[in-house]
Amino acid sequence: MPEAVVVEASQLANLLAALQARKYRVIGPTVRDGAIIYDDLTTVSDLPVGWTDEQEAGEYRLRRRDDGAYFGYAVGPYAWKRFLHPSPFTLWRARRTPDGVIVELTDAEPSRFAFLGVRPCDLAAIGILDRVLRDGPYVDPSYRDRRDHVFIVTVQCANFSPSTCFCVSMGTGPRAENGFDLALTELLDPGSHRFLVEIGSERGAEILRELAHRPASASDWETATRLVHKTAARMGRQLEVRGLPEALLANLEHHRWDHVAARCLTCGNCTMVCPTCFCFSVEDRSDLTGSVIERVRTADVCFTTAFTYTAGKSLRQSARSRYRQWLTHKLATWVTQFGTFGCVGCGRCITWCPVGIDITEEAAAISGLTRKDERP
Amino acid sequence: MPRQRHRPKLAVWKFASCDGCQLTLLDCEDELLLMSELFEIAYFLEASSAVVRGPYDLSLVEGSITTPEEVERIHAIRRQSRILVAMGACATAGGIQAVRNFADVEDMKRVVYASPEYVRTLEHSLPASAYVPVDFELPGCPPSKAQVLEFLTAFLQGRRPSIPTHSVCIDCKRQGVVCVMVAEGIPCLGPVTRTGCDALCPRYRRGCYGCFGPMESPNTESLSAWFLVRSGLAPQQLVPLYRSFNAAAPAFVEASQRSADPIGVQQATESPWTQAVNERESANGEP
Repeated sequence: MPEAVVVEASQLANLLAALQARKYRVIGPTVRDGAIIYDDLTTVSDLPVGWTDEQEAGEYRLRRRDDGAYFGYAVGPYAWKRFLHPSPFTLWRARRTPDGVIVELTDAEPSRFAFLGVRPCDLAAIGILDRVLRDGPYVDPSYRDRRDHVFIVTVQCANFSPSTCFCVSMGTGPRAENGFDLALTELLDPGSHRFLVEIGSERGAEILRELAHRPASASDWETATRLVHKTAARMGRQLEVRGLPEALLANLEHHRWDHVAARCLTCGNCTMVCPTCFCFSVEDRSDLTGSVIERVRTADVCFTTAFTYTAGKSLRQSARSRYRQWLTHKLATWVTQFGTFGCVGCGRCITWCPVGIDITEEAAAISGLTRKDERP
Repeated sequence: MPRQRHRPKLAVWKFASCDGCQLTLLDCEDELLLMSELFEIAYFLEASSAVVRGPYDLSLVEGSITTPEEVERIHAIRRQSRILVAMGACATAGGIQAVRNFADVEDMKRVVYASPEYVRTLEHSLPASAYVPVDFELPGCPPSKAQVLEFLTAFLQGRRPSIPTHSVCIDCKRQGVVCVMVAEGIPCLGPVTRTGCDALCPRYRRGCYGCFGPMESPNTESLSAWFLVRSGLAPQQLVPLYRSFNAAAPAFVEASQRSADPIGVQQATESPWTQAVNERESANGEP
């Protein structure tokens, strides 16, 4: 067991204050427009206290809960890439002046973020982005500069119904073992609302010293473990990943691709909500006189025709070819390219597909593989 | 900036329309003076009664073609224009007046006008491209100021305009808007509608009305099936949804006809999508 302590729920305000005192821009869950999204937090009352979500394919509803839980819900539509890999993002700007062209870098001092409430699946997704954008041969400096400073407070998954989740299948949750500075498990016993806090880094330990805490007892650990096991046992979706890349690539002409293409809107929602989809496009923008030019990076989507537009033609004309590209990249060719799946089982693409296309259903139908997760 | 050899001559023409597209041009307040320096504004009656004869380097055409006189006029404008751009939903997709395309225009005339015998009109309201070659289309009701400026900038600089054709959904997601369809069950045309409005309606928690017309690969069949099965709309409610500002856009014509026609509705409820939903719901049993 990692080093852990217990803090009362009232200490959450001190945690926030300690992060703010260190000049972190604290981002965490908050209720906005009928969903729990990640945005700037100024006080603990910004957190979605007493809210939960109900998710199904193509459906998300915010619901009240009466136990005062701070983190009693799954994930919302927006992942952390919104802050680590923002879009649109101006890379540089150039001005034509009487003294010549002046080029300005526009990302001189990116925010130092503290992420509060990172789910284990999303932590795994950040790990995947790290491999692609920071730790590989091609480093994205704007990603690296944000990522290197991020303080991560994970919240282990407990106290909600994980209906479009399949992190157990992907091996990314519902509990994170490392990669965080602090990890909270919310313990909601009658008369005692507290957090088990695991310490993942020296920075985390330093912050924790400013919070009133006591050592975690065996019974605290027992409660935390039971809650996380309960989440694992209630996974709403499953995916057989053993042999999946090979099985998908062996079925590139499966009739199911036509079936899903008939439903697919090619709208791009799945890639926009995916916590690992990182594709971007770069374009130059100019004002009317051409005296100010900006080079802007925007999130790109493999469901658009522009994504494969080359030499006068888009290479992936059909919805079938675009959906197949996306699914096989997430679950097969990503493995060859980066050594992991491009999917962490967060279920966002299932919930936020306007017509409820379910990646686990499609992958199972196409690969012919099915799985029943062992209950922990 | 590089010295212009000559200021391109710009003309702005009006056909059957509400003038909203021309107002979009006038709404470019910060850029308007600059535009009048960079272009010779040769014909733009909404802005100035001073008229310079053709030919023109760039003609922006607003409105749909609805009368025999307009057919002649659009041909005359084409002959005088090096580049002809259709601007707005009327000029690119027939406009809201294209609802006449689905009815008997003589019946409509009798309902609307006291003396219908004086009205000489065509049976259909159609986009400029139905009669003359069009070099570029700027969609939208009204078109986006940003897209109009991007087009004019690209024209001046001799480059390709960067005007995307993907769905409104991508704009919603870029802006951090929570999906009104998924989170609130509001029927929204965003997934089949072209970008340009910066997701204006969803930002105010309304479903998309489809002002910018069909996106590049619109799957209206799947979206309609969802509206019928999950949003609880009746087939006849789908018809006005697709038959609004872009009523004559081919993808929306097809979608509205499918919904108006009982056989089309039958096909929608038997689509793979609907079957998959029904299978899943009977398999799950529990919520």
